[in-house]
Amino acid sequence: MDPENDNRTAVVETEEVIAPGHTYASVSDRVTDMVLTWPIGIRWAAGLALALGLLFVLNLALGVVFTIGVGVWGINIPVGWGFAITNFVWWIGIGHAGTLISAFLLLMRQQWRTSINRFAEAMTIFAVACAGMFPLAHMGRPWLFYWLLPYPDTMGTWPQFRSPLVWDVFAVSTYLTVSLVFWYTGLLPDLATLRDRAKSRAVKIIYGFASLGWRGSASHWSRYEVASLLLAGLSTPLVVSVHTVVSFDFTIAIIPGWHSTIFPPYFVAGAIYSGFAMVLTLAIPLRKYYHLEDFVTMKHLDFMGKVMLATGLVVAYSYVMEAFMAFYSGNQYERYMMLNRMTGPYAVTFWTLIFCNLVGPQVLWIRKFRQSPWLLFGVSLVVQTGMWLERFVIIITGLHRDFIPSSWGMFYPTRWDYMTFLGTLGLFFTLFYLFIRVMPMIAIHELRDLVHKKQHEAKAESH
Amino acid sequence: MTDSKGNNLNLVQLGPQADSARDRFWRSLDERAGNEAYQKSLAQEFPAGRSLKNPAGLNRRDLLKLMGASAGLAGLTACTKLPPEKIVPYVRQPEEFVPGIPLFYATAMPFGGVGRGLLVESHLGRPTKVEGNPGHPGSLGGADVFGQASVLTLYDPDRSQVPYHLGHVSAWEEFIADFGNALVNERATGGAGLRILTGTITSPTLADQMKSVLSRFPSARWHQYEPCGRHNAREGARLAFGQYVNTVYRFDKADVILSLDSDVFFAEPGSLRYARDFANHRRVSGPDSSMSRLYAIESTPSITGSQADHRIPLRSSDIEAVARSVAAGLGLQAGNAAPLPKEVSADVVAAIVRDLQSHKGSSLVVVGEQQPAAVHALAHAMNHALGNTGQTVIFTEPLEASATDEIKSLKDLVSDMDSGHVHTLLILGSNPAYNAPADVPFVAALNKVDFRVHLGLYSDETADLCHWHIPEAHYLESWGDVRNYDGSVSIVQPLIAPLYGGKTLLEVLALVQGQASVSPHDMVRGYWQQQSGGRSAQPAGASFESFWETSLNNGWLEGTAPPAKQVTPSADTAAKSSAQDVQGLEVVLRPDPSVWDGSLANNAWLMELPRPFSKLTWDNTLLVSPATAARLGLQREDVVKLQIEGREVEAPVMVLPGQAANSLTLHLGYGRTRAGGVGNGVGANAYPIRTSDAPWIATGVTASKTGGKHHLVTTQNHHLIDQKSTKVEEESENAFDRGLVRVGTLADYKQRPDFAQDPPEESTEAPSMYFPYHYTQANSWGMSIDLNSCIGCNACIVACYAENNISVVGKDEVDNGRDMQWIRVDTYFRGDLDNPEAYHELMLCQHCENAPCEYVCPVGATVHSPEGLNLMVYNRCVGTRYCSNNCPYKVRRFNFKLYSDWDTPSLFPLRNPDVTVRSRGVMEKCTYCVQRIMEAKIAADRDETVIADGQIQTACQQTCPTEAIVFGNLNDPESKVSKRKAQTRDYGLLRDLNVRPRTTYLARLRNPNPEIKG
Repeated sequence: MDPENDNRTAVVETEEVIAPGHTYASVSDRVTDMVLTWPIGIRWAAGLALALGLLFVLNLALGVVFTIGVGVWGINIPVGWGFAITNFVWWIGIGHAGTLISAFLLLMRQQWRTSINRFAEAMTIFAVACAGMFPLAHMGRPWLFYWLLPYPDTMGTWPQFRSPLVWDVFAVSTYLTVSLVFWYTGLLPDLATLRDRAKSRAVKIIYGFASLGWRGSASHWSRYEVASLLLAGLSTPLVVSVHTVVSFDFTIAIIPGWHSTIFPPYFVAGAIYSGFAMVLTLAIPLRKYYHLEDFVTMKHLDFMGKVMLATGLVVAYSYVMEAFMAFYSGNQYERYMMLNRMTGPYAVTFWTLIFCNLVGPQVLWIRKFRQSPWLLFGVSLVVQTGMWLERFVIIITGLHRDFIPSSWGMFYPTRWDYMTFLGTLGLFFTLFYLFIRVMPMIAIHELRDLVHKKQHEAKAESH
Repeated sequence: MTDSKGNNLNLVQLGPQADSARDRFWRSLDERAGNEAYQKSLAQEFPAGRSLKNPAGLNRRDLLKLMGASAGLAGLTACTKLPPEKIVPYVRQPEEFVPGIPLFYATAMPFGGVGRGLLVESHLGRPTKVEGNPGHPGSLGGADVFGQASVLTLYDPDRSQVPYHLGHVSAWEEFIADFGNALVNERATGGAGLRILTGTITSPTLADQMKSVLSRFPSARWHQYEPCGRHNAREGARLAFGQYVNTVYRFDKADVILSLDSDVFFAEPGSLRYARDFANHRRVSGPDSSMSRLYAIESTPSITGSQADHRIPLRSSDIEAVARSVAAGLGLQAGNAAPLPKEVSADVVAAIVRDLQSHKGSSLVVVGEQQPAAVHALAHAMNHALGNTGQTVIFTEPLEASATDEIKSLKDLVSDMDSGHVHTLLILGSNPAYNAPADVPFVAALNKVDFRVHLGLYSDETADLCHWHIPEAHYLESWGDVRNYDGSVSIVQPLIAPLYGGKTLLEVLALVQGQASVSPHDMVRGYWQQQSGGRSAQPAGASFESFWETSLNNGWLEGTAPPAKQVTPSADTAAKSSAQDVQGLEVVLRPDPSVWDGSLANNAWLMELPRPFSKLTWDNTLLVSPATAARLGLQREDVVKLQIEGREVEAPVMVLPGQAANSLTLHLGYGRTRAGGVGNGVGANAYPIRTSDAPWIATGVTASKTGGKHHLVTTQNHHLIDQKSTKVEEESENAFDRGLVRVGTLADYKQRPDFAQDPPEESTEAPSMYFPYHYTQANSWGMSIDLNSCIGCNACIVACYAENNISVVGKDEVDNGRDMQWIRVDTYFRGDLDNPEAYHELMLCQHCENAPCEYVCPVGATVHSPEGLNLMVYNRCVGTRYCSNNCPYKVRRFNFKLYSDWDTPSLFPLRNPDVTVRSRGVMEKCTYCVQRIMEAKIAADRDETVIADGQIQTACQQTCPTEAIVFGNLNDPESKVSKRKAQTRDYGLLRDLNVRPRTTYLARLRNPNPEIKG
């Protein structure tokens, strides 16, 4: 059955975490069918083509950046960091929701995470991959990137461990590794399911290799559970630590607008905020086009809306405190920085960000709006725009007018700035399109577990 | 903008006119007939050197590359050749060259005909760096932007490299033959058709040769024309004294100075010396020190004006009225003065008069070249009345070998040419096709000359119109001599054999006399040997040989300074007034602070140099005062058409605080069409509105907006003025709020010597997370910059370019905020928009002890030395730019692209071999000239001595005309820098950040007249 050509018309929205009436077999069918169906759907192919087009833009942009130098971007002195670091922080932030959902909520035993954790985790990995390109690409001499790693060098040189950029290297690489392992571990039982259900020999062999010999024995399951818990335990602190370290890139510096102790919690909240926005951005169309309303239910959307509202309020609090402290501190540089943010040449970006992150998402207080998928989708885009602008405003307004007025300058992005950013969107969506086609985008075994629990609950009630 | 098409006048385009111009030369019948196919084939046949210089479709960098490739072989083969004659090293005299150890030779740069004493660093025969000559009276070790940048001109790949005959590559030997034929006719008539045009000539040897030429060709004429020469000053002296004299000022004795439209610290032949004397006379070492007082009345902000204790912006045309009013106050019969302009109150004039009168013999009135001759004469009368003659003003014989009214000289030449009397014209080192006054139809008349020869560094606008073009030897390739500002003579000795076989004026003049192979060295030496017989130039008993060697070694000839001349202004001097229009708009034309009269337009260091005040690069603009801009509805970057008596020029507007109302200033020297790849098509050419009657100030101007915009690129003050604002923009406001510039009056300082510590400097020793490091090594480097001395002349920036192999990035990249200058002159304005005080502040790496750049570098590419230097390890840098982001002073510079020119071979020998040429993706910044420190340390280690104070000079310090920069050992309490830092005026920028900068500043002091309020 081609899910895209499925002619079911009646969508039954449900308030449960899974629509009633599902059995082990039906959930397995629904998820594996999305992968094993042939031929590929036209809409999927069109989407992939678009993403590949953007990926080509990335290739072109990076090719130019690596050949000519970062001078093709709009950065300068004083604004040494521009879109690249903005994008880096943005993508890293987006990744956070996946880890939060898969690890943190697992430990919290939140059942509703089940049907969204797989693609959210995939989103994390792809987002981190996109993020990871920027620190590399933004270097003046990117071919020497390995100098940031502590490798044994005959000259006895080491990275300079006081620099937050070195911490970044550790934080991001750890994050990517742990996320990848956690994600793949979770995939194993489902890959085995795909292997078992595949009709073609070749596909069987590929999934067979990928599933690493998973047979579903009790000892496999027992070790799987332990490993999952351990990895969740490892991942959970990363939700907090990675973006804290990323925020150190700014707080460690002495630039007004960067040098602030509020940044770590503020960045973590912002990361989860934008990450959940991205999950919604992905989930709502997926749910619609693959008819996953049974699995990604109104309850999920409602919960995610609430998480966004909560983290958005933390972010809002941070903005207010940041402004308050700038004036309360009596520090003229901070005060000027804040005034300049609000009234200077980049005031438009600042007020747009305030609208996107503070004002717009307040509609989520209302349950009706939280349960309106397309409104949520719109809000999620607004929040992601706002979070991107937030990083832009922090970086640019901090740098472009700092201490010595004679060196004040402006940052104007060039076409290569935009192309690099759009290009990473291409990379992200290319990976994501491939993912939804070749991997089960919802964790089948966890859904079966959920069905089991629901049936158990139902039995308990009927007694 | 003018010449946006960038099309050059060249032979091909002039071809069709050949029919109409009867006397015009032609190469073939086809050309004569204007055959179209021929024109096409001609254009295809001679692309090299002609179409290449046509910038259409080529950007500067590509052009430099192409030019460099063609220039490369010639440059490489010649660059290690030593001049055949004996030259005498200045500082050391080794047995032979020691690789890695530079030698220094004294020489002099003729600039506007007058010498500037230099000491040139030579690495294995390659001159790499120009310094002032400490023993030279006109330099005392300082050098200006023109001297510093001249070394780049030497290696400029766009320099003319071969003789051209009718646009074809030719040879010097062919020229000798061709010229010989031309001279045959001239010999017959006694040279009746022979004319020689040069710039201002002060060289005694050259004058002697010229005399000899003129005696051989008695009917020939020698004309001089220096486009930015001192025409009015010369005529002013004649008006006052009935003869030409040279005026020398003694700022070391001047306590009260009145400057009338004068940029005496920048634009005069003696500027370097004047600036030094002025700064020394105002140097404050403690509350007991005294300062001179400077009043400046000027139309255009000048660095002299920025030093003034009272500056009055005033239309140049109105300044005469004020000068007459002051003169009347001094008791002179000052003629019928126009009423005082409203900007100047009678009280102010009276106060100035009282101040001058109470300093008889120690006051000084100086007048700028822009003012008419009558004002110069008036100043002579005032100085005489104040008893300054012989004290602060000294007169000598004119510097010029043959002082003359040069504008008239050029006019005479052109009228001779026009009437067909001129058959052979030698244009030596001038470019009149570009810079002749607009009402002197030089180009039209030139075509009537049968045989025209051009000698020049570049195949320029004039070369294009001449039959022959001969490459000229750069002064660093030439033997010669030149008079300095005070009349003494310096020998110009070459550092290198001519890279492209260039010829000197002396050689061409020798050729006129039929001597084809005489060496200029022998001519100069011979002249002085001959002179030493008759004159007392040489100490008794010494041989000429030792006199000659001493002179070469010292850089000037002992005993050649002319004695002071006793002259008295005639009684009616003060009454002679010029008829100046005192109504409406005026346009002031001035030599450009970077490219001067346009001859330096192809020098990229100068082009990229931020002009004083405006911080403009790669352009010239019409400077307009904020009030006038508001009245005329002009905004920055509006293109304005100026019309004066049917002549017009279009230029973009820059609104500049401090510019006088109703006065528009446009700098000369731009809009070149054949300057080279750097200078072609840059800016607006102001010569088309410059007339011989009004070479500097044009009145009766109408200015109208064309509706066009021209993008201006500045390195600071990106949005200098908000149109609606009446205050100077927030950049400057913040600079004062943040204590970056600290200023007090001398009176305040005497009362409260620690005013510069206000607000009290907190946390100079605030706690730090890291363990404190005590700088206990023998050396601990630091720098002190005296804002009271810095005049903002930019010389340090160019010196830094040369010393540290700094790249030029071009207009677009400067616009992107990527200029690479390691040291910059920040200018902040304070006060009223139309008459603000302007303050210069040098900004360079402060070598913070708690350097914020260091701890954020992920690879440790910027680290601290035990001697307190903040080091940059280029090899280790991966280019994250985090250090620059975290630098509160934003003094780091990043190679966003490959800015270093790795492809132009002729530029390779220019580079300082002791400094790495940086590649793309690497951060760089001021190093306190670490290569000089290391050189001294190695020498001290080897000789087991200690480094003496003053032994190490940074490049910026060495060139600084006013000694504003002092570098040295902070661990030596007796060092100059320690003593300066011990002053109460010493303050560090942003000390409250606890970065502990090693570079500190001495607060600026002003010495206003208490009688003048506001």
